[in-house]
Amino acid sequence: MYVAVKGGERAIDNAHAWLAEERRGDTAVPELSVAQIREQMALAVNRVMAEGSLYDPELAALAIKQARGDLIEAIFLIRAYRTTLPRFGASAPVETARMACLRRISATFKDAPGGQVLGPTFDYTHRLLDFKLAADGEVPAAPETPAAPAEVPHITGFLNRDGLIQEEPAGDDTPPDLTREPLELPAGRALRLQSLTRGDEGFVLGMAYSTQRGYARNHAFVGELRIGTVAVEMEIPELGFAIEIGEIELTECETVNQFTGSKTEPPQFTRGYGLVFGQTERKAISMALVDRALRWKELGEEDSGAPAQDEEFVLYHADNIQATGFLEHIKLPHYVDFQSELELVRRIRAEAEAATSREAAE
Amino acid sequence: MSEIETRKGWMSLLARAPADRLEQLWQGAGLAPAFAWLRAPEVGGVMVRGRMGGTGQPFNLGEMTVTRCALRLEGGAVGHGYVQGRDKAHAERAALCDALMQTDAATDLREAVLAPLAAEMAESRAARARKAAATKVDFFTMVRGED
Repeated sequence: MYVAVKGGERAIDNAHAWLAEERRGDTAVPELSVAQIREQMALAVNRVMAEGSLYDPELAALAIKQARGDLIEAIFLIRAYRTTLPRFGASAPVETARMACLRRISATFKDAPGGQVLGPTFDYTHRLLDFKLAADGEVPAAPETPAAPAEVPHITGFLNRDGLIQEEPAGDDTPPDLTREPLELPAGRALRLQSLTRGDEGFVLGMAYSTQRGYARNHAFVGELRIGTVAVEMEIPELGFAIEIGEIELTECETVNQFTGSKTEPPQFTRGYGLVFGQTERKAISMALVDRALRWKELGEEDSGAPAQDEEFVLYHADNIQATGFLEHIKLPHYVDFQSELELVRRIRAEAEAATSREAAE
Repeated sequence: MSEIETRKGWMSLLARAPADRLEQLWQGAGLAPAFAWLRAPEVGGVMVRGRMGGTGQPFNLGEMTVTRCALRLEGGAVGHGYVQGRDKAHAERAALCDALMQTDAATDLREAVLAPLAAEMAESRAARARKAAATKVDFFTMVRGED
């Protein structure tokens, strides 16, 4: 129960003023610019764009600065801003097969056409703190070698030719949008993927990890992981044709999963899919694993009762803004609620004490 | 290339162009045509879609910011600007270029603005491709077995 109370305005104003001062920190240290965050904290910016569900690096960097580096708070700011934007329309589905890849690896085929391109990865680093970064240091230019302009085909396309992997038939249905209609269950795969791609990285990672540890086990290979830029094309009604309205960076993960067949499907490989804004490979792999686990019904698999198979559990708890909103509201004044609880406990105690003393007297 | 394809080409280039570089080239071209707004610049969102498994049914991935506007030159040519991000001046430049590309100024504009933009954007893309190529793995097999 909420009861309006007045007061606290001066305390709130002063708290906000102090927050601004604390955000700035020691003024003897130079202030961080939004451009510095965008360029040098790029993976944090990517996460805020992915979970904020709005691709705009400049805004995400600003949100990180305003939130003092609290990424969930920054995501909250982006989500709030997003709701103020008029919707111009929807893009044509992006063509990830035509991605300009800066990273592209496959754990299933060593000699994949297009090759194994590592890109700017943390993999193979020793995870030792680099104290050179604590001092000002010039970074040597990254080596370059001539690149043949060639399209890099999807690995799953090769398996498809032999019919060894479940098909992903193209279509042009208008997908449901959970930013427009509330999420209702059972959710189709389109809605699940939208929910997962903006879901909390930690939560989706935990769910994915649970499938690897045996809860809804479906042993996954990373068929392909690619990071790069794709053009975004949209039909412009006043022109009557489509133009590219921009270019975004994406991470795509396709998993290939063992599948022994079911009542409806032959033994073949099945697929999980992850597609996330920015360079966000941990999230994209996690998304693919959870997507695959949630597909048990359409593939005719057993429900093993695992959390990652429970669409209600996963989808209703993946959103960190919903979660943090409900969680953090309990710190706000509940004086009246608590007053009634207090009275209840006092009355029960009084009754219990009265009963005890009656028994003692008898 | 058809007229529409050509127009698509320059509009797409202007949408993706770095706003400050477009501004520099535009200033360098010394063009200041008079125009009237048909739609003043406005910032909005576009829902970006992906396909399940890269090839399947569409799903909503998330939005991106886009700024659009439309204007008419005194000569009557109508230009549309749809650009990535929230920069209204960028959208205005893009719409002006789109309109001028439909006039006699097209050849000069292409030379002064569009061609250098296209070349620079292609070079920065190529530079990233060369860095990626340098991280391509060359596998070799160690000699196995015993003599």
